Amino acid sequence: MSVDQATVRRIAHLARIAVRDEEVPHLQQELNAMLSFVEELSAVDVTGVEPMTSVIPMSLPLRKDEVTGHAGADVVTRNAPGADDHFFTVPKVVE
Amino acid sequence: MNATAKPSKLIKGATGDWEIVVGMEIHAQITSKSKLFSGASTTFGGEQNSHVSLVDAAMPGMLPVINEECVRQAIRTGLGLKAKINHRSVFDRKNYFYPDLPQGYQISQFKDPIVGEGEVIVDVSATEQIIVGVERLHLEQDAGKSLHDQSPTESFVDLNRSGVALMEIVSRPDIRSAEEARAYVTKLRTILRYLGTCDGNMEEGSLRADVNVSVRRPGGPLGTRCEIKNVNSIRFIGQAVEVEARRQIAILEDGGKINQETRLFDPARGETRAMRSKEEAHDYRYFPDPDLLPLEFDQAYVDALACELPELPDDKRSRFIADYGLPPYDAGVLVMERESADYFEAVANGRDAKMAANWVINELFGRLNKESKTVMTSPVSAQQLGAIVDLISAGTISGKLAKDLFEIVWSEGGDPNSIVEQRGMKQVTDAGAIETAVDEIIAANPDKVEQAKAKPTMLGWFVGQVMKQTGGKANPQAVNDMLKQKLGI
Repeated sequence: MSVDQATVRRIAHLARIAVRDEEVPHLQQELNAMLSFVEELSAVDVTGVEPMTSVIPMSLPLRKDEVTGHAGADVVTRNAPGADDHFFTVPKVVE
Repeated sequence: MNATAKPSKLIKGATGDWEIVVGMEIHAQITSKSKLFSGASTTFGGEQNSHVSLVDAAMPGMLPVINEECVRQAIRTGLGLKAKINHRSVFDRKNYFYPDLPQGYQISQFKDPIVGEGEVIVDVSATEQIIVGVERLHLEQDAGKSLHDQSPTESFVDLNRSGVALMEIVSRPDIRSAEEARAYVTKLRTILRYLGTCDGNMEEGSLRADVNVSVRRPGGPLGTRCEIKNVNSIRFIGQAVEVEARRQIAILEDGGKINQETRLFDPARGETRAMRSKEEAHDYRYFPDPDLLPLEFDQAYVDALACELPELPDDKRSRFIADYGLPPYDAGVLVMERESADYFEAVANGRDAKMAANWVINELFGRLNKESKTVMTSPVSAQQLGAIVDLISAGTISGKLAKDLFEIVWSEGGDPNSIVEQRGMKQVTDAGAIETAVDEIIAANPDKVEQAKAKPTMLGWFVGQVMKQTGGKANPQAVNDMLKQKLGI
């Protein structure tokens, strides 16, 4: 499996990463190298093998329905690039 | 899925009949104290970002831990929808970017939902019932809320709702009209409220619908659908289906083609319009969330929850028909809300159930609707209404006086028995007293007596006069009988 340059641009866009045109061939090469590395796994026959979801056999831990507290609006918005009156602010997202 | 609508439900176009096909995705907020994967409060209407934990804000290194009550609520709901409960389900990440989604993905269930196929029995009208298939129900996180009107250049984001547990309930495209769409959501809401798994409050956004609408020639292949996002009232759901179907028919009849797209319903303009196209955003790249193991439980866990389920609306309705002899429609009206059904049963207990049902449905519900009150805030208690029904049954007051009595209890309160005593509202059943009144009226109106002999419908006039004479307190049946006898008609 390998990716073409259009796919590289598309993946970058979906991840909201700005990629300059001259970076695309390099990224394509890197991605393809990773894919061919992982590709080796397809040589293993996994017929009838349950997908492994955890390295230790355990079940999903559940918690009780209790309110255990809040970080506080000050704390939550402290590192935000934009905040106003305890709201996060972002460039307008509607037309 | 391929059932064809009755001819009365088809829309007449210029080129022939069209059939509407609707499927719905309902997002129902789970009733719980804390969020699906964090211990932050779910209370509605807090100060902005005050109900946000570091998990909800997607701070680095935070890990989700699932709330067991949300799991139970989803299973209860599945049982209420007579659906298959999946003992193993998986949480996936649905990837997209939006400012109110700090993680950059929503934790949802894609391939393996907690609940599989079920069904909802929907009463469309007094005489029509349909079954709407449920394809699946899965657990997922709600997003935060964006406000766009606080600043000309910025959107403001409040994450209080971020991470609150939702059940997405996906129906099959079994709905064939706006009326059926409304009835389906109404019924689903009733079931959720009975179960106590979602409060069904559409104004606060606890229940929201994405409505998929397409049109086709009756029984023909399915047309291309459009999805109308986030419709937040039952009335708007009906309107959205209607206007969207007509929009599509107009395009098709002009030889056009429907584009599969996401649209918004604008209630003020009564139209749907396309949302900004974000084609790439539809590539959600689901994959199992590595922070969460599969959710597994055994049948005993499900059975224990099944044992505690309350009586559900369909069962209650059947019981009301069988045990109280109520007409199916009346039984349906009474079970719409659990509180109404409880109220009715309190009134009917040990009394004439049909009379109790009539009083609850016609007098009480009528009056409550008029003043925008509910059974919970009714000024007349079930005990008081029961006492009124007792007074009628015992023949102490007439039906007409009972309505006056109801008004008094509604506005002034008090014990109906004492009110009847104090205000002399007792019905006169004493034959002697009635006879005196009848004789007086007959003696005073010899001309009318002559007329009545030729025209027996004049009897009504005499009854009216006698009732007036007795201040409305005479037993109308006794008056009727005595007049017939005296006038010889």
